[in-house]
Amino acid sequence: MENSLKITGAPSLEELHRSPAYPPEDRLKKGPIAIIECIEEIPCNPCEASCPSGAITIGDSITNLPRMDFEKCIACGMCIPACPGLAIYIKDYNYSDTKALLSFPYEYYPLPKVNDIVQAVDRNGNILCTAKVLKVRNLKSNDHTAVITIEYPKEFFEEAVNMKRL
Amino acid sequence: MNRIINHPILDEEKPAKEVLIFVDDKPIVAREGEMIAAALIANGIYVNRYTMHKGKPRGIYCAIGRCTDCIMTVDGVPNIRTCVTEVKEGMRITTQKGAGVWKEEGRQ
Amino acid sequence: MIQTELAIVGAGPAGLSAAIEAGRAGAEVLLIDENARPGGQLFKQIHKFFGSRAHKAGTRGVNIGRSLLEECDKLGIHTCLKGEVCGIEEGQNLWVVIDRKRSEIVKARKIILATGATENATAFPGWDLPGVMGAGAAQTMINVNRVLPGRKVLMLGSGNVGVIVAYQLMQAGAQVVAVLEAAPRLGGYGVHTAKVSRAGVPFHVSHTIKQAFGYDHVEAVEIVELDSSFNQIPGTEKILDVDTVCLATGLTPLTELAWLAGCEFKFIPALGGHLPIHDDRMHTTRDNIFIAGDISGIEEASTAMEEGRLAGINAACELGYISDEEAKLRTKEIWDSLNSLRSGYFGLKRRNSKDLMLQTGKEVI
Repeated sequence: MENSLKITGAPSLEELHRSPAYPPEDRLKKGPIAIIECIEEIPCNPCEASCPSGAITIGDSITNLPRMDFEKCIACGMCIPACPGLAIYIKDYNYSDTKALLSFPYEYYPLPKVNDIVQAVDRNGNILCTAKVLKVRNLKSNDHTAVITIEYPKEFFEEAVNMKRL
Repeated sequence: MNRIINHPILDEEKPAKEVLIFVDDKPIVAREGEMIAAALIANGIYVNRYTMHKGKPRGIYCAIGRCTDCIMTVDGVPNIRTCVTEVKEGMRITTQKGAGVWKEEGRQ
Repeated sequence: MIQTELAIVGAGPAGLSAAIEAGRAGAEVLLIDENARPGGQLFKQIHKFFGSRAHKAGTRGVNIGRSLLEECDKLGIHTCLKGEVCGIEEGQNLWVVIDRKRSEIVKARKIILATGATENATAFPGWDLPGVMGAGAAQTMINVNRVLPGRKVLMLGSGNVGVIVAYQLMQAGAQVVAVLEAAPRLGGYGVHTAKVSRAGVPFHVSHTIKQAFGYDHVEAVEIVELDSSFNQIPGTEKILDVDTVCLATGLTPLTELAWLAGCEFKFIPALGGHLPIHDDRMHTTRDNIFIAGDISGIEEASTAMEEGRLAGINAACELGYISDEEAKLRTKEIWDSLNSLRSGYFGLKRRNSKDLMLQTGKEVI
């Protein structure tokens, strides 16, 4: 849907595919990769400094859109809690034969526990499928931004971005 | 109970001393240092006063002491902005009707 | 009577930043705030701020507030809390009512007005019911007072305030039933609306509230679609089951003291309405009065802090604590920072408005 971001509140895949930080299809399905869903020019650049591989570029003008060097990204996850807009997550298409992996920022209580079954949602909050929680990290250094990792069915790969609040 | 416990961002504060206040003669448990309006909301009380002409209920609107929708009579003094006034042990608060009535010690 | 060199009215991000700059330079500062605690709106901002590292991006507003207060403490800035500045006489003497008990005149050589802004009201039948409140009011209740003012919330307005408070209401345990926006497009940053959207909250553009129902509290609202001229379209009404309505329909600068002092004003709607004219030193048309923060135009905490620094530095310069050269240099640095904050799609309108203001300031001051 065109202009989905300014009408439904969430970007459509078409809008995201045009962004320099959204991986092209082949890279998206090649292995773990960080995805930044930040497609408006807002004055903000903590993502750039957070990446130890230098894969994220904003540049001198802090309103530039973030650009991702997909070769440099090692999917370490440092950028996930660094983004003040909670716009970054990591996906791995090849986690297993049937499952993909999603690591996303989460700032609600209660936090799920490892092995919990939760509901994965799309960008508009619609429930897609069930997912299993593999990791929950709420490091003090991330200042209350927890990072949750879930495994979920591959067929919802691009749609899933978060879990339904408990 | 409307108090927020276990907030994902705000860390737990050390528990404030509980104080007893009276709202329309009903005892209410409040926390020392909190605003009257907050103590009332914590206890499920959302109406602070009734308007002068049509008797309509009013509750907090701006919550920072500018609009006067939250005014109540406190310890005999009317028109107290409860969103910016702290509770005190034994405080007597009444739902104000209209402009309220001044009640001074020993005088009406 | 209290005498001081620099009186700053308002201890929010602008006032605190001004106090720090002036205090560091050695000026005698009195920081006055009507609240029991300083910090203005900062202590309600529990989200991580944007901007660059210099703007403390990635730090939560509450922690920025704490570090500003610590700095003020370290510098020994005199603070007068529960001090309501009720008047300003001859553009120089502040009439302060302290703790609602005693009256004091503060005579200051220089004054910085950093009084911030107030939320706009949006009226509809039933808007006076308990449960209808400003978005900032809800934010105060949840983040400062730690009480939930309601459990099923309708948010009116999709600007950054509306969507941020919607998110924070969910963090506090409430449910946001919908966010309404009268315009055909949402106003806030896409990353903010995306957070709310993926939590399952529907956004309805071209919608508004027709009326709120309830006996002594909001029990339901009727929403309605708007046409391209913002007229209600009959037949599109829907009832939503809510107990709280938050109004996030803009802010207006609190400029009473500037009016009383005789400052000249300019009307710039994009920045919130009637604004005291200021120049690049944040100087008004009264030669001892500066302004900083939302009083000079509705923006954000980051621009408020920078404007506070500008006012503090230039006030200290006029008091003789900073040389003209140093003041000019640091003023330019801060303007570079402000210009970067006011760039991009969202910032451009504010940048153009501020440029217009500066142009007027240059002519008139």
